[in-house]
Amino acid sequence: MAKLRIEDLKRIKEGVKGTVNLREGNFRVKITVHMGTCGIAAGARPVMSTLLKEIESRHVTDVILTSSGCAGLCSHEPMLTIEVQGQAPIKYIRLDPEKTSKIFEEHVMQGNPVAEYALSLGSETTH
Amino acid sequence: MKTAARTTGRAAERRWTAEMEDLSLHILDVVENATAAGATLIEIRIHEDSRKDRMVITIKDNGQGMDGEMVTKVKDPFCTTRTTRRVGMGIPLLEQSAREAGGSIEITSEPNVGTEVVASFCASHIDRKPLGDIAATMVALILGNPDVDFIYQRSIDGVTTDLDTREIKEQLDGVSITAPPVLNLIQDLLSATPEGEDLNGSDQTASS
Ligand SMILES: Nc1ncnc2c1ncn2[C@@H]1O[C@H](COP(=O)(O)OP(=O)(O)OP(=O)(O)O)[C@@H](O)[C@H]1O
Ligand SMILES: [Mg+2]
Repeated sequence: MAKLRIEDLKRIKEGVKGTVNLREGNFRVKITVHMGTCGIAAGARPVMSTLLKEIESRHVTDVILTSSGCAGLCSHEPMLTIEVQGQAPIKYIRLDPEKTSKIFEEHVMQGNPVAEYALSLGSETTH
Repeated sequence: MKTAARTTGRAAERRWTAEMEDLSLHILDVVENATAAGATLIEIRIHEDSRKDRMVITIKDNGQGMDGEMVTKVKDPFCTTRTTRRVGMGIPLLEQSAREAGGSIEITSEPNVGTEVVASFCASHIDRKPLGDIAATMVALILGNPDVDFIYQRSIDGVTTDLDTREIKEQLDGVSITAPPVLNLIQDLLSATPEGEDLNGSDQTASS
């Protein structure tokens, strides 16, 4: 039977210990990937994998990732919503890994929303 | 009149519908139903039996469940409790994929107890979708729902790969399960296909 090895988890625990616990609400950016049927069929999973790779390779510790259901804009999927603390959330539409990386670099890292992939720039509520 | 309007609506609303490319995407989708139903523990089992030529996927949750009427309706795309769109496609699409591969789905549910969805397939059927990237599905689920616990088991002719996020969290002792090195470890474990002759080698995969 293949299983995770406890030694590996212990090693990771030691390595990661001391980094911020983002679950307590002290994150700078929250990224929500829409994981309804429409989103998944259109490619939401590669978008999620790309975000994980970006977070890992840039050693980012102040970004939280989460998933939500269908936002009712099925023909715009895959979509994600980015909420920078203190700013209005922005929804990005018809994504792929490449667009996702660009959004991560420009919006999440540098603070400049990528207007060409955004649904609308304005005060929107998240679903 | 009403029927006609409904048919038009169906055509219009279905236009966005894409197929799920593989079974791991169906699993991601059906598990998202369970998290939407407030489940805190979700079991995902993928069993392949080459002698019986069957593949069975079971997804069991402890979410809010459905009453009998809802269970009988849920295979109909017009059945949804979501408010953003009038059709629910997840379960109907899974049923379609199962049927195309000589199989079927079965749903049992009890309000306030939970739901079990079982999809079975003829394993060697030419239209049976491949499992696909099940590791990516599990990583996406854990990442998007860090407070939900998952029990995962994949078995091929009795040789299994197992994962239980409750055990992992216990070992991590406060460190988040969404830390990239933890997810990479999970990814490596689940990307390897369980193999009969390779019982000892399977440990290697987990340690890479
Ligand atoms: N595990 C579950 N627990 C409780 N209710 C469920 C579960 N799975 C499905 N349901 C109910 O059945 C309905 C139909 O599910 P289905 O996946 O087909 O569509 P949906 O989730 O509503 O929308 P979509 O999957 O197209 O985004 C859901 O809206 C929900 O009310
Ligand atoms: Mg669904």
